[in-house]
Amino acid sequence: MATSDETRIQELTRAKDDYKEVYGFSDREDYSFKSQKGLNTRVVDQISHMKEEPEWMRQFRQRSLQIFEKKQMPTWGGDLSTLNFDDIYYYVKPSDRSNEGSWDDVPEYIKRTFDKLGIPAAEQKFLGGVGAQYESEVVYHSLQEKWAKQGVIFLDPSEAMKQYPDLFKQYFGTVIPPADNKFAALNSAAWSGGSFVYVPPGVHVEVPLQAYFRINAKNMGQFERTLIIADEGSYVHYVEGCTAPVYSSDSLHSAVVELIAKKGARLRYTTIQNWSKNVYNLVTKRAMAYEGATVEWVDGNLGSKLTMKYPAVYMMEPGAKGEVLSIAFAGDGQHQDAGGKMVHCAPHTQSQIISKSISKGTGRTSYRGLVKVEKGAKDVKSHVRCDALLLDPESKSDTFPYMENEEDRVSIGHEATVSKIGDEQLFYLMSRGVPEGEAMTMIVRGFIEPLVKELPMEYAVELNRLIELEMTGACG
Amino acid sequence: MATLEIKDLHVSVEGKEIIKGVSIEVNKNEVHALMGPNGSGKSTLSFALAGHPKYTVTRGSATFKGEDLLTMPPDERARAGLFLAFQYPAAVPGVTVGNFLRTAVNAKRAGGAPVKALTGKDAEIAGKNGSQISAREFLKVLKENMKNLGLKEDFAFRYLNDGFSGGEKKRVEILQMAVLKPEIAILDETDSGLDIDAMKTVSDGVNRMVGPAMGALVITHYQRLLNYIRPQVVHVMMDGRIVTSGGPDFALELEAKGYDWIRQKYGVASSAAA
Ligand SMILES: Nc1ncnc2c1ncn2[C@@H]1O[C@H](COP(=O)(O)OP(=O)(O)OP(=O)(O)O)[C@@H](O)[C@H]1O
Ligand SMILES: [Mg+2]
Repeated sequence: MATSDETRIQELTRAKDDYKEVYGFSDREDYSFKSQKGLNTRVVDQISHMKEEPEWMRQFRQRSLQIFEKKQMPTWGGDLSTLNFDDIYYYVKPSDRSNEGSWDDVPEYIKRTFDKLGIPAAEQKFLGGVGAQYESEVVYHSLQEKWAKQGVIFLDPSEAMKQYPDLFKQYFGTVIPPADNKFAALNSAAWSGGSFVYVPPGVHVEVPLQAYFRINAKNMGQFERTLIIADEGSYVHYVEGCTAPVYSSDSLHSAVVELIAKKGARLRYTTIQNWSKNVYNLVTKRAMAYEGATVEWVDGNLGSKLTMKYPAVYMMEPGAKGEVLSIAFAGDGQHQDAGGKMVHCAPHTQSQIISKSISKGTGRTSYRGLVKVEKGAKDVKSHVRCDALLLDPESKSDTFPYMENEEDRVSIGHEATVSKIGDEQLFYLMSRGVPEGEAMTMIVRGFIEPLVKELPMEYAVELNRLIELEMTGACG
Repeated sequence: MATLEIKDLHVSVEGKEIIKGVSIEVNKNEVHALMGPNGSGKSTLSFALAGHPKYTVTRGSATFKGEDLLTMPPDERARAGLFLAFQYPAAVPGVTVGNFLRTAVNAKRAGGAPVKALTGKDAEIAGKNGSQISAREFLKVLKENMKNLGLKEDFAFRYLNDGFSGGEKKRVEILQMAVLKPEIAILDETDSGLDIDAMKTVSDGVNRMVGPAMGALVITHYQRLLNYIRPQVVHVMMDGRIVTSGGPDFALELEAKGYDWIRQKYGVASSAAA
């Protein structure tokens, strides 16, 4: 490893001690606006008003609120019985200042928070652009000159709605309509923050764009909304990370992420989710891939109390490809219900879902996946593989693979394994002098290595660090 | 006191007594051969000495450099300087040979304190004060040893024993020994699965190390290996006991005559596995 790489990595990996110290600190709540608890038509109007939105968006929010109220809670997946929608703050604005402008304009206490998390330092080194969201609002957004010149747009969606109203309206809500599910409806009513990305035809953004999400307040709901359009023949890699303080009461994070990959485009979306263990993480992520386009979701879930997330790719035209690489780690009291969804709407399309999950202590991981082949989608190939590793006798894992196939010229493969840490492996490593804890960590890291090596090195190192933290059991 | 001193050792596996009173002393600068029919307990003895949790010592003692070996967990035994080359090494997918061995070397240097995979400044500092070996320095040592053992450089980056051929596994065991520099090495059938040339390369590797810094207990079925690695003593194990021992040429005699005459001479019933 070259020294410059090592320095880069060091700046990113502040995860040295335990979660509480590194991510779990909290700031004083000193906001310019905080809505009342609970969501109703008045709060929704308030959000829309404060954001100076056009009338169509206000109506969209109100319609979504009605849908949210009518929709049933999902009865599958994780335990949502203790989630109280009335006990949550839906909109918290940290500062009156707009997110345009420089890092210097960000309020001091927020700057300190992101400094601690290593956000601005990382930016100059290897990122094309950075967005940082604190509570409901994006506090900082920047894009390197080089990409801005080529027409790349990377903005807070509210800002994009103002600066590029037509482009925004053309795509917003087209991939995931509010009626898709209860949480998509909730997000559509209360959304705030997130990212809007547009990459013009043929432009290859070689370095990742990164967004960082931070919840600080207690009982906070964060509903960011991300929309990425990769125009014909373009390439972009978007990375998101997220953390929150450790509180005894629960917070809710419910994002909607819409991706559109046009003809021949390649879009990669990487998540390293490290919410504290009092956060419900209920996210809807979906992509449309057009002719010959490729969409890859790399989804790492380590934090949260309960995650329910199944990134989807709809392959709309021939030659489209979809891929999900999912890594889940559930420690004591955590439930990671994750997987992927591949919908083949056109012939000659290919998909792959690879899932690796690790359960430790009373942790539980569930793989939930769907491969669907629509009528007329001939010559389709799909491959699903999920491997679960259980570290303790009380650890749990289950698999829910669903297939719906309307065609006959398809090849769908499915493999699943569940294993325990092998005594013989453990003894072998220890017999060379490696202490037990580290030998376990090595085996776990080895288990997810095939997926981790798909990540850019900075994130691979970050993920390995987080796993190490989880393994030493120091997390809040 | 001998470096490794085993006295009247009894070992049970899953409630069944396999080793029924074994005493051996191995010092640095010595090579002992341990031979005996299949199922007689040779690997069981090695596992018990290395500290495998399934193998329970019910009686007797084992000391290493004067310290009680039996109370140490397996990793501590290794760091103290005991090494076991496995008859059937386990595969650990996703963990590279290089990464693993570097961790093992650093674990030894840290004396069992948790070793962090240090990066950047921390790594530099640790490298300078000698508490940890730097990646560069380690790679140099590893490559040199791989060359000596006829292993291609890409083995450093392959996953530990994952998809290795039988002979490759054995070479990598010896590679680990060479890098970790134990004081006593137990080699459990390191020769089986090796081709003729590899047998010589691996033996050279062992011979380079046997001396004032290391002694070895070499378990084998074949006299051939002992032409390369010359033992001072050859022990014969049957039904969990060392029934007889002889000089370096005793192996030749065993090869020619088999084990039956020993069974008869020492009154050992023929075991189930034999
Ligand atoms: N984990 C175990 N569970 C049950 N029985 C065991 C276990 N380990 C060893 N044994 C039994 O103990 C006896 C001795 O086995 P061991 O592997 O020590 O023999 P060995 O002398 O090394 O034989 P070989 O020359 O074939 O390698 C055998 O009968 C074997 O089946
Ligand atoms: Mg054996």
